[in-house]
Amino acid sequence: MLAALLFAGSAWAGEVVVYSARNEQLIKPLFDAYTQETGVRVRFITDKEGPLLARLKAEGRNTPADVLLTVDAGNLWQAANEKLLQPVDSATLKANIPAHLRDPGNQWFGLSVRARTLVYNTARVKPEALSTYEDLADPKWKGRLCLRSAKKVYNQSLVAMMIHEHGEAKTERIVRGWVANLATAPLPDDTKAMEAVAAGQCDVTLVNTYYFGRLLQAKPGLPLAVFWPNQDAQDRHGGAHVNISGAGLTRHAKRPRAAVRLLEWLSSDKAQQFYADVNLEYPANPAVQPHAAVAAWGEFRQNLINVSEAGRLQARAVMLMDRAGYK
Amino acid sequence: MLTLEHVAQAYGRQAILRDISFHLEAGQIGCLLGPSGCGKTTALRLVAGFEALQAGRILLGGEAVGVPGVHLPPERRRVGLMFQDYALFPHLDVAANIAFGLGSLERAERRRRVEEMLRLVDLAPVARRYPHQLSGGQQQRVALARALAPRPRLLLLDEAFSNLDVELREKLTLEVRDILKHEGMTALLVTHDQREAFAMADVVGVLHDGVIQQWAAPYDIYHRPRNRFIAGFIGQGVLLPGMLDGDGRVAIELGVLRGVAGDVDRPAREGAVEVLIRPDDIQHDVASPLRAVVEQKIFHGADFIYRLRLPSGSQVLAQVSSHHNHAVGEQIGIRLDVDHVVAFSRQEI
Amino acid sequence: MTARSWPAWAAALPIAAVTAVPVAVVAASLLAPDAEIWSHLWQHVLPELLVNTFWLVLGVGVGVTLLGVSLAWLTAACEYPGRRFFAWALLLPLALPAYITAFVWLGLFDFTGTVPTWLRETWGVAWHPPIRSRGGVILVMTLALYPYVFLTASAAFRGQGGRMLEAAQTLGLSRVAAFFRVALPIARPGIMAGLLLALMETLADFGTVAVFNYDTFTTAIYKTWFSLFSLQAASQLASILVLFVFVAVLLESQLRARTSFAASPRGEVAMGRIRLTGWRAGLAAGWSALVFAVAFVLPVWQIGVWAADVFARDFDSRYLVFVSRTLLLAALGTALVVAAALLLAYAQRLRPTLAMRAVARLATLGYALPGAVLAVGIFIPVAWLDNRLVEWLAVLGRDGGQVLGGTLLVMLLAYCARFLAVGYGPVDAGLARVSRALDEVAQSLGAVAGRRLLRVHLPLLRAGLLTAAALVFVDIMKELPITLMTRPFGWDTLAVRVFEMTSEGEWQRAALPAAAIVLAGLLPVMLLIRSREHAHA
Repeated sequence: MLAALLFAGSAWAGEVVVYSARNEQLIKPLFDAYTQETGVRVRFITDKEGPLLARLKAEGRNTPADVLLTVDAGNLWQAANEKLLQPVDSATLKANIPAHLRDPGNQWFGLSVRARTLVYNTARVKPEALSTYEDLADPKWKGRLCLRSAKKVYNQSLVAMMIHEHGEAKTERIVRGWVANLATAPLPDDTKAMEAVAAGQCDVTLVNTYYFGRLLQAKPGLPLAVFWPNQDAQDRHGGAHVNISGAGLTRHAKRPRAAVRLLEWLSSDKAQQFYADVNLEYPANPAVQPHAAVAAWGEFRQNLINVSEAGRLQARAVMLMDRAGYK
Repeated sequence: MLTLEHVAQAYGRQAILRDISFHLEAGQIGCLLGPSGCGKTTALRLVAGFEALQAGRILLGGEAVGVPGVHLPPERRRVGLMFQDYALFPHLDVAANIAFGLGSLERAERRRRVEEMLRLVDLAPVARRYPHQLSGGQQQRVALARALAPRPRLLLLDEAFSNLDVELREKLTLEVRDILKHEGMTALLVTHDQREAFAMADVVGVLHDGVIQQWAAPYDIYHRPRNRFIAGFIGQGVLLPGMLDGDGRVAIELGVLRGVAGDVDRPAREGAVEVLIRPDDIQHDVASPLRAVVEQKIFHGADFIYRLRLPSGSQVLAQVSSHHNHAVGEQIGIRLDVDHVVAFSRQEI
Repeated sequence: MTARSWPAWAAALPIAAVTAVPVAVVAASLLAPDAEIWSHLWQHVLPELLVNTFWLVLGVGVGVTLLGVSLAWLTAACEYPGRRFFAWALLLPLALPAYITAFVWLGLFDFTGTVPTWLRETWGVAWHPPIRSRGGVILVMTLALYPYVFLTASAAFRGQGGRMLEAAQTLGLSRVAAFFRVALPIARPGIMAGLLLALMETLADFGTVAVFNYDTFTTAIYKTWFSLFSLQAASQLASILVLFVFVAVLLESQLRARTSFAASPRGEVAMGRIRLTGWRAGLAAGWSALVFAVAFVLPVWQIGVWAADVFARDFDSRYLVFVSRTLLLAALGTALVVAAALLLAYAQRLRPTLAMRAVARLATLGYALPGAVLAVGIFIPVAWLDNRLVEWLAVLGRDGGQVLGGTLLVMLLAYCARFLAVGYGPVDAGLARVSRALDEVAQSLGAVAGRRLLRVHLPLLRAGLLTAAALVFVDIMKELPITLMTRPFGWDTLAVRVFEMTSEGEWQRAALPAAAIVLAGLLPVMLLIRSREHAHA
């Protein structure tokens, strides 16, 4: 007790320290497994990305953190941008993680894929009527669209990718179209948005698939289904929007080799399976099959633009959404 | 102006007031005097209307304001009240405190009345101050002015002077009495302090055991106490054993006294009695053959109060001019000088 | 600084520094404005947010005052069936994190909520209350925050005794009129203290408004930080918020300084309760029960149902650790905060100058800053100091990481910076009710300031100290951003558990730690009530 009051725990060689924005119940089992397998202890602290980055920055060269783990690419991009990370030259990581899911400068690596897709009310919408994210701006969806609040990173990164693809002017028109089609003011989270679709307040929404999986596990009878948008094979830039949860090596890591070993392990088949399954996400490592419940939503084509673009364009996207009146 | 008829009040099974009756004429200042817990505050609260009457009648200017089942609320009784702690409104300045009860008047009239009251209590220079910026005496005068401003039919004073030091108390008692008389105000004071009661009141009721023991002018209360309780409670004095004969003469150790007061509650019968001897009944007389030993002395400036031991062993108090400074243990000559002989039948012990 | 004033300053300045340094760190951002973000905010974000924030503050201010003062008056000055129960039960909503309550309300009354769904499916009535609206946010925040006013106003009503009302009555005022012209103005410092806390929390809130997607000034701060990646601009916005609060608070305390509300030394006469009968008693009991039901029973019932659902999956022996850590942190933090608040309030009493008032108010600004922004403001100077320490110790041969970072000491100081306002309000209001005449009496008896504080004021301040302690305790238990940022490794508390669940939208699983917070929060509330009843017995 007194020790805790006065002294920070000092580091020892057989451990790795992680700053994690991915919450405890999703990562602790993995870290426990790692410790059991290698004898290396993983100490971690959870917080939101913003404070974790501010913390790394303030601590500077004396930070205890070796690894930064977040649940979106934007914050990893920002961490690299603020020079809080360092490049990792690991053949294993390069082999395990596809190019579009990692930093071009190898400062961070995706560990799971979070696909943002359409979820619709099966009683009120025929899947043939659905096609793309952009199509939801069409007046035919007037009063039929539900969206989650613009404050969460998911739709921000989707809009950022649209900027990359269409430029700001067109993207703004699309977002304005969405706003015009809203059946109700933006909802606080993906689950609420899906519930509104299920209850008939609106017909279609945009969500991350694991929320869909989670909701259907809790309430199996809901009239909801997944539709993979932007799957047209002719479209060079097509594919469903994906974000990642991922990690990087901190610039002032005290145990860089141990940290890289942990990252490599996390990208391995065995860890990937668990990492994705525990939250019904898609493994980042293409060699690993998704959970059966996840696989049941069907195969889909990912948007292959590097996810770091989501970080680079995020601020532009947020300003655009502000201008378009998407709250 | 104020009449109480057979007022009785109990809290649960404990009787606070048993049977209270008295009457105050308009312009008269009355006082309920008694030790703490005698029920005097309850009586005051009944008159003010803070409590509903259980038995008896309370009339104000001929109007029944309190009978069991009929209760005129305090705000409609037009009864002013000065609290022991003054209860000045801390968020209002002096003028606003005084104006508080004048809501029904028009502005100009209200201002005129406030100014009048400020002059009356001599507080015009501090009209814009807040209560906490005033001295105790000033606070008290604000409380008086506030209570008088709405021209109540009756002013109640609840231990209104007990927060002040002795000198200020005496000065203010007289001041307040002058103001009340000047305004022709009927007032009822409750206090445990007989000096306050005597200085203020035209008529005093000694309250004990839920009953008014005696309702009389201060002079009579002091000199013609109706029973032992009053004799003991009011003033100083001791009871000396004596023998009363058929002609109204009492023989006590110090001599024979004539003219035993006739208006006592239970007139002493012939035989063994006890006689009230007050300190001013004993005169220091160097020439007197009666001698007593000084047991204790208290210096009051102008005089001493000596506690003296008589040859029989009984003790008396004597008020003696401070020119006569005797040491404890000294023998001095004394004689009796009793104007009002008060005797009670001897209590069997 | 005169010779006699140094003890007051010596007490006040270090305490103020604990808050002032983080605030200064945040405010330093003003030196380097980011033109692009500002022009964007100014054009597209701020105008609407300022209007939103204005209405929110106004609505919550009026709401908490109405609820808090009416209930405080009923339970402190009246007697009606259930009064004793409501006197403590009405404090309980304090133990509920407001954003959880918000989520519960959404879950009950939004289109997809339990009640409208039932209406639709059973009766075919397609109606739902417009809960995700300005009115909804105001309602929920009012229900979450009124206990601050309730608690401080109760203390104020209790403290003033019954004499004032009786005096007003003998001067021709009905009891109702006397309440408005006497009891209410005299209780104003207490009411203001509670109102200030409620409004500061309203301004700093992010969680609740986020649930309703109602954009306020604080929303803009977080958006600028988390989404536009500009902690700099976010800090600038936060500084403006703090400056605004500072001016408002200083004005209020300056106004208040004009009058002293100290009762006379012998004025501590217990108020005779006004006995309500008939329809009045029914109305009083009904009103109390209604507020209790919607502000506490309803959300707790829903939290209980959710917690029961996930109990088997999530409950384990670790909860014992979470609970004991939460209580330990809250107890240590409360002791520190209340002690600091007492010293600060007392320093101001010794030196009631504008400068001292400004210092005291500066020290209590931490509550108006959005939590995560303050957390960063605390973290930056601590990390800076830590880095210097590490360098010096390295010279001395010590090799290793942080010295201060990740210690409980930093955490407790951070709580102090955050919650000093919560402790200071009730203590200051309580001290204001202790007559200065008592100081003089004590001084005349030769007591030096320190002993005077202990011997004369502490017993009289009991009620204020208890109020402060209960508020701070419960607030620390619920606190999130500072706990997250400054806790030692592995030091998870109940609030951290709530965060772990809500960060991925698992609200139902968050119900379990939330329920544990409510249960643990009952403890200080009960203690407060018991000792308060004792103090007024």
